[in-house]
Amino acid sequence: MSQNTLFDKVWDLHKVASLPGGSDQVFIGLHLIHEVTSPQAFGALKDKNLKVKFPERTVATVDHIVPTDNQSRPFKDNLAEQMIETLEKNCLEHNIRFFNIGSGNQGIVHVVAPELGLTQPGMTIACGDSHTSTHGAFGSIAFGIGTSQVRDVLATQTIAMNKLKVRQIWCEKKLSKGVFAKDLVLHIINELGVKAGVGYAYEFTGPAIAELSMEERMTICNMSIEGGARCGYINPDEKTYSYIKNKFCAPKNEHWDKAITWWESLKSDENSIYDDVIKLDASKVEPTVTWGITPGQSISINQQIPTLDDLSPNDKLVAKEAYEYMSFKPGQYIKDTPVDVCFIGSCTNGRISDLRVAAKVLKNKKVSKNVKAFVVPGSEKVATEAKQEGLDQIFKDSGFQWREPGCSMCLAMNSDKLIGNQVSASSSNRNFKGRQGSPSGRTLLMSPAMVAAAAINGKVSDVREFIN
Amino acid sequence: MKSEFTQPIGKISNINGQCIPLIGNDIDTDRIIPARFLKCVNFDLLGESVFEDDRKTLKGRHPFDIEENKNASILIVNSNFGCGSSREHAPQALMRWGIKAIIGESFADIFYSNCIAIGIPCFTLPKKSIEEMQNYCDNQFLFLEIDLKKSLAKSKDLKINLEIKESSKKMFLSGEWDATSTLLENEDSIENKFTQLPYIKFNTNLL
Repeated sequence: MSQNTLFDKVWDLHKVASLPGGSDQVFIGLHLIHEVTSPQAFGALKDKNLKVKFPERTVATVDHIVPTDNQSRPFKDNLAEQMIETLEKNCLEHNIRFFNIGSGNQGIVHVVAPELGLTQPGMTIACGDSHTSTHGAFGSIAFGIGTSQVRDVLATQTIAMNKLKVRQIWCEKKLSKGVFAKDLVLHIINELGVKAGVGYAYEFTGPAIAELSMEERMTICNMSIEGGARCGYINPDEKTYSYIKNKFCAPKNEHWDKAITWWESLKSDENSIYDDVIKLDASKVEPTVTWGITPGQSISINQQIPTLDDLSPNDKLVAKEAYEYMSFKPGQYIKDTPVDVCFIGSCTNGRISDLRVAAKVLKNKKVSKNVKAFVVPGSEKVATEAKQEGLDQIFKDSGFQWREPGCSMCLAMNSDKLIGNQVSASSSNRNFKGRQGSPSGRTLLMSPAMVAAAAINGKVSDVREFIN
Repeated sequence: MKSEFTQPIGKISNINGQCIPLIGNDIDTDRIIPARFLKCVNFDLLGESVFEDDRKTLKGRHPFDIEENKNASILIVNSNFGCGSSREHAPQALMRWGIKAIIGESFADIFYSNCIAIGIPCFTLPKKSIEEMQNYCDNQFLFLEIDLKKSLAKSKDLKINLEIKESSKKMFLSGEWDATSTLLENEDSIENKFTQLPYIKFNTNLL
């Protein structure tokens, strides 16, 4: 059993009680909600005649269903309009702070909370969304929950949960040029498998992680869940503190120094005990692309799609399904695969640094005429910052459509969808069957820079050929 | 889909029903219930749309469309079932179709928590046993009587020792899987915890 890791310290601090069944009752320091997984939870509160216990510890925004072309109200889609209205009504009724469209702070919940400085080290953070693991980049313990647990957090500010084991993932050396956090996390998931993280929190550490910016660290922690770990985290350091400092919700004045002292004390001790330790060499990671229907089915840009002989018995079943669904042949190269749609955005890679790196690739270049390309900023703040830097113009000049903030085609709950069996180069997090809105649509996950390169060439390309 | 859906309530100790095998590893919650069906403010109608896209692709050959399975209530799955999105809509859709328990090689974490929270016990068995059960279902009906207390499943010619987390088992047997009231019992400790947490005292603009 793990000891003295950040996870142990934060868990123990937030443990309210041991429940009769053997699980722990854990206090949730910050609860984030959005329109998709909260309405039934508010409904259940009403049925049980319960109130929101600490309304000030819950913050709401709207992201999954918002259109990215025209956000004027009422939305064209009646169901989407009904969902945003329900959230507005619930927040008003229960006195919950809601960052609505036009507030300047609306956006994907996992982009917005760090921008506001809501996400801080040492907190427990829960949200009815599996990518809540993103917030672990700050040394918080953050995980996705279902709607019944959203109800429990609203009613009690606690949930019942079994303590997770902790696996340290030590990333040696550093990423090479043209290789990004997305490539590293896809590589980690490929190495460990999509279910290796079940029952675990992942602690990402080592020189390669220390080197990453906060936004890159968010990309890593965001995709912990794709490796099966509902929680992933990184010990806080100077980069963490300087990112938070002066943010709207950052501790102020004399509280700032106290906060830093406390945050420093939370780091995993040098003699921490882990349930498992894995070591990887980050310098060996190359630009990585998924070829299949799980985020674990990825290869380096110059590799061939594995044949059944290359795979373990456990991976063969899903590989067969993937060849058929993706219309790929075992042994085929992934490079030069034609793409129809290019999507830059999502809670994984829709932040300002993602847009900057993609714009750098796209500057003075044109998107292939066979490709529909669009960029969806992760939040209103990201959009504003991008416009101030002229990035929107670079995207538009290249042939990308510049959209309004939201989750968009990461999960296609709005009108941004693949059509038929289109192939998409996507900076999002899931390549599941049908994930991007068409039951036969095909998704290739990659870094935003790689999506930009694919957009220019109209086919999967090595971004290193653009930046050297 | 059965019309007589009733939400489970209170103690859950016995589940009897016909098994329905669903073969495949890493079946994610997007497949269980595609995102377009999440545009709703209650779970009522999800049962009809469970596995919608997989069912359309298989044109009537999907286990959830086979006439003989229409009254089945125990789902037999392979490894990492329910991975991906945290949407509780997935187990809610399965439950509304008629699933009352799931036996699998392994489950994704959030999906498993969601199943507990809505009263669907999930049991595990080794890969080989799961495959045997799935093969058995190919040739004949498999009716199981599951005794949660003994973690035992019996049919007319089989006796299977199921595995389930001790904490989950206790929650089902006591009725505490419906957690809100149990959690509220510790209201004083919650209040104390709130005042003890260092960051609650940080002066911030929102919290």
